[in-house]
Amino acid sequence: MKVLVPIKRVIDYNVKVRVKADNSNVDLANVKMAINPFCEIAVEEAVRLKEAGTATEVIAVSIGDKSCQEQLRTALALGADRAIQIDTDQNLDSLNVAKLLQKIVEEEQPQLVILGKQSIDSDNNQTGQMLAALTGMAQGTFASAVKVDGDKVNVTREVDSGLQTIALNLPAIVTTDLRLNEPRYASLPNIMKAKRKPLDVKAAADFGLDLTARTKLIKVTPPAERKAGIIVESIDELVEKLKNEAKVIS
Amino acid sequence: MSILVFAEHDNSELKADTLKTVAAAQAIGSDIHLLVAGHNCQAVVDAASKVNGVAKVLVADNAAYEHQLAENVSLLVTELAADYSHILATALTTGKNFMPRVAALLDVAQISDIIAVESSDTFVRPIYAGNAIATVQSLDSKKVITVRPTGFDAVATDGNAEIIALDKVTDAGTSSHVNDELSVSERPDLGAASVVISGGRGMQNGDNFKLLEGIADKLGAAIGASRAAVDAGFVPNDMQVGQTGKIVAPDLYIAVGISGAIQHLAGMKDSKVIVAINKDPEAPIFQVADYGLVADLFDALPELESKL
Ligand SMILES: Cc1cc2nc3c(=O)[nH]c(=O)nc-3n(C[C@H](O)[C@H](O)[C@H](O)COP(=O)(O)OP(=O)(O)OC[C@H]3O[C@@H](n4cnc5c(N)ncnc54)[C@H](O)[C@@H]3O)c2cc1C
Repeated sequence: MKVLVPIKRVIDYNVKVRVKADNSNVDLANVKMAINPFCEIAVEEAVRLKEAGTATEVIAVSIGDKSCQEQLRTALALGADRAIQIDTDQNLDSLNVAKLLQKIVEEEQPQLVILGKQSIDSDNNQTGQMLAALTGMAQGTFASAVKVDGDKVNVTREVDSGLQTIALNLPAIVTTDLRLNEPRYASLPNIMKAKRKPLDVKAAADFGLDLTARTKLIKVTPPAERKAGIIVESIDELVEKLKNEAKVIS
Repeated sequence: MSILVFAEHDNSELKADTLKTVAAAQAIGSDIHLLVAGHNCQAVVDAASKVNGVAKVLVADNAAYEHQLAENVSLLVTELAADYSHILATALTTGKNFMPRVAALLDVAQISDIIAVESSDTFVRPIYAGNAIATVQSLDSKKVITVRPTGFDAVATDGNAEIIALDKVTDAGTSSHVNDELSVSERPDLGAASVVISGGRGMQNGDNFKLLEGIADKLGAAIGASRAAVDAGFVPNDMQVGQTGKIVAPDLYIAVGISGAIQHLAGMKDSKVIVAINKDPEAPIFQVADYGLVADLFDALPELESKL
């Protein structure tokens, strides 16, 4: 079975983003970029399915300008077989991303699509569910375990009250949570090999979709700063402050 | 136009965060209907009918909704959508799961995790782990929105809404429930507690979380954790506080053996008072703490418990 893994290029998770002085957006100039951590977990899961003999081919896809080829090469180095870049300069809403991915699903006919549950830039947590709706597939979101079993996949999900396991008919959509796996590091030989793996480029405009923006970013501001606190010297002082100054305990 | 709010519940109890989502709906408009989709959920319906500001409670009580599978619930909500300008759910795991499906079926964008309402089409939401706050306008005619509970104050519960049973059943037939492994705890919910005490990698193992329990008992606190503590298997996943875990904003948050990574701060930095206990004076958690104590937690916690 084929596994499709959509991935996103985002700010590196260690970098604290800054807001532009004119409040138009965040400032991403000269900021370190990386594959979204949840997408990396998705790639790893697909590669493990291939290593286990369950998957036959792993295809990574990313939507963005040429720079996202860097993250596609990362996915190839981690073990994906080939990659597709959907080329666009537009900053697309999740719905339009899902519509483009639906086209790739129609072309490639994967049995499983594995995505990250959210990207750490927009924090939307939408694309996988939207793609599931558009393709009519069942979804297993926030997955911490994925087991393919014949024409079904069992997905264990991290939910507010613990864990929930559901069974989905294939083809299906899975979105990854943090505990699904620990992604490997790409080895140097695999990074070299990835340079020769196929990477197709398709123009977003060629899919005949209306990709008009559905939302408008009015402004972006920094969050309210917390005022500086103090260091207390002892537990006695801490308890005294919490009782008499902060008045949060009695 | 009317607003549909999805009631968050487990078939036996209406979750208190629903009262905050109704508050967000009130900031948008006044004709608010609450949808209870579940199975054998009469107690939830009764509680829902008392939520202030709600005109009608729509009840879809059927086995197809027992586990609130996204495929089935999203079809139900999409069918009801024609009568509403706004559809709201709480940004907890159920709402996060099915709402984007509703948005896609309606061919509209979703505005996730709002913390404030500017107008009927413009909303405020954190992005980049809360390091930036975006004001976003929806250009669609219908708005599909998830609400972050910490952004709104709960409405009261002395209302008296009309109850309407829905008889149509939408079962996609593509997914089924296998089993749940629920964490049972006598303590308050992380999202609802006025005091939260969380442990990180510094706790060293799950057993040591007992050191937090004595304090939590005295303060009526919920217990949380960092991702590192969950990943290491000290405690279950539902205790994770952060960008990709639970978002909390209690009156008092006590971080113990937690360094204060961006992703953890995203889940707790709107707490009213933050206390940090960490042996490393350089730990970034001290930059957001109102009261910091540089100490070994294995000395500090027993002493704190005895002095409360
Ligand atoms: C995509 C993504 C999502 C993430 N989401 C989350 C999230 O939702 N929530 C989250 O918490 N993290 C999240 N993280 C992880 C985050 O980046 C950090 O790795 C994590 O928060 C670190 O946990 P920690 O502070 O417990 O551990 P560490 O960073 O290892 O800190 C342990 C701290 O304990 C202190 N300590 C050790 N021993 C003692 C002692 N005896 N007494 C006192 N202090 C002691 C140390 O000084 C240190 O500061 C995410 C990361 C990624 C990439």
